Amino acid sequence: MATSMPDPSQKHQRREHGLMLALVSPALLVILALIVLPVGWLAWQSIYHDGFTLENYRRVFTEDIYWRSFALTFEISLAVTVISLLLGYPVAYLANAVPKGWSILILALVVLPFWTSVLVRAYAWLALLQRTGVINQLLRYLDVISEPLALVHNTFGTVIATVHILLPFMVLPLYATMQKIPGDLMQAGASLGASPSLTFVRVFLPLSLPGVLAGCTMVFVLCLGFYITPELLGGGRTVMVSMLVSRNVELYNQFGAASAVAVVLLLSVLAIFFVVSRFISLDRVLGQK
Amino acid sequence: MTMKQNFGLGCALLGAIGLTGAANAAEQITFVSQGGAYQQAQTVAILDPSAKKLGITINQDSIPDAWPAIKTQVGSGKPIWDVVDTPTGYCLRGGEQGLIEKLDFAKIPNAAAMPEAYRSPYSVSYEFYSSVLAYSQKTFPKDAPNSWADFWDVKKFPGRRALRNHPIATLEAALMADGVAPDKLYPLDVDRAFKKLEEIKPNITVWWTSGAQSAQLLNDGEVDMEMAWNGRVSAVAKEGAKVTFTYNQGILQSTSLCILKGAPNLDTAVKFLNEAVDPVHQANLPLNIDYGPGNPKAFETNVIKPERAAQLPSEPANAAKQALMSYAWWSSPAGEAAEKRWASFMQK
Repeated sequence: MATSMPDPSQKHQRREHGLMLALVSPALLVILALIVLPVGWLAWQSIYHDGFTLENYRRVFTEDIYWRSFALTFEISLAVTVISLLLGYPVAYLANAVPKGWSILILALVVLPFWTSVLVRAYAWLALLQRTGVINQLLRYLDVISEPLALVHNTFGTVIATVHILLPFMVLPLYATMQKIPGDLMQAGASLGASPSLTFVRVFLPLSLPGVLAGCTMVFVLCLGFYITPELLGGGRTVMVSMLVSRNVELYNQFGAASAVAVVLLLSVLAIFFVVSRFISLDRVLGQK
Repeated sequence: MTMKQNFGLGCALLGAIGLTGAANAAEQITFVSQGGAYQQAQTVAILDPSAKKLGITINQDSIPDAWPAIKTQVGSGKPIWDVVDTPTGYCLRGGEQGLIEKLDFAKIPNAAAMPEAYRSPYSVSYEFYSSVLAYSQKTFPKDAPNSWADFWDVKKFPGRRALRNHPIATLEAALMADGVAPDKLYPLDVDRAFKKLEEIKPNITVWWTSGAQSAQLLNDGEVDMEMAWNGRVSAVAKEGAKVTFTYNQGILQSTSLCILKGAPNLDTAVKFLNEAVDPVHQANLPLNIDYGPGNPKAFETNVIKPERAAQLPSEPANAAKQALMSYAWWSSPAGEAAEKRWASFMQK
């Protein structure tokens, strides 16, 4: 911005830089106070308790339960991501293809669940999925099953409810990417004699891939930190990493043990972002462009 | 520990109002419990009458889990609270870590008269609840499960089961299912308990984490039998669900009163402690909520009618059928090791 000023004298420029800094400093302070300091404190606690210690990390890397939890968390996140993509892609495609009024309606429906709390939605799924729940009773009434299915209090129920919560994070980046694909390209493909499915596979799909990657990254990373949903719908067996964090506070009576788990999770998330950033600009994942 | 519903915020606000209003009183203490209907019942039965009798002001605060706050308050060197009502294990652990005052029972005659198992050097039992075997009367109209051995017997009593996702009381139940007598449980044979739990594990549908969840499972017919806290089961039954429980082989648990190390009003706090476990005040508690008095002498006051007494976990005949939890064992190194082992048991 400063370079386009008519008077690029150094003094002027410096004053403007100072002003800019003053303007953003409240926001920077908020970030410093609410994110940088607590996370730093967290990391510090994981290695310092009456002196330096790597005990907390030794435990995370040597005890079975941590590996199992991390493995399960990544498995669930992967399943949620794949299902969200399969469900979300057609929705985003439809929202992109229909006239503006309809697409607003579709997106509104996608975003609507955002206004209901995660806790309420977890209980709603409980009411639907449990043994005496709506789905099991309907299936029994229709004589499809004779014994109620175990739809909840396990990993299955956790995945379903998590997909429901995270689906918008898949649909919105997909839609944003599809919006930018020029419609002329499809017409060009058709004019060259390609069938609609061929234009889709050869033209539309590759061009929408950045959206796919962005949506998948968002959903996967958010899912890694899920807490309430597995706690309520996992039946106690689905122990995801976030639950391990809370259990460690109870069990060891000091935050260090829990901090170490949180730090390892945070580093895994950063690693994922790093890998993704090699393929697409992170601004896209975070919804800037 | 999350047994009581916590309307913590509301009660914290009330407590704050109490604090400002009471600034001029000569003698006062700050008392902390877990909020909700439970703290309301205490206010009527114990706190208001005690304040009146001693001529002191009792400021109330509430928190669902007092342990972290005890640690930080005492750690800061300037605690605000005096007396805390918290699961007995925390009083013991706090005592061992120098966070809780050692009690001089010469100054607390009401507690000195209580059975030794009902107090520790740092704490006095305040109220009792029980981890009981609860079941659906729809599934078991007669021939209901009546012991932990029955709970483990999936052939004789088919049905879906739930246990608490926590080793405390669950290991005790496993050992009783394996034939250990309720009064011979401690020190717990942890290996034997986990072995017995492995046996029932495939048949456990839900490992519940909160009291509310255990109530919902029973209420919705999601499970046919489970371990649950007696107050939760009777609340569900009062709502009209066909559920009940047996005190047979229940695990009798308590919260206790203890005083923070360096409490600002130590002398008044000790006086209050004595008054709070007075048999008559204690007898009034179960008239307001489904928990049993911490002082067994309450049953000799004629305040609690026999029909009501028979429903309470610490009524002598009911207590005799149950195992009294040893918080001393659970806060010992062996107990802490068992607690850590739970996590890996759950994930296998």
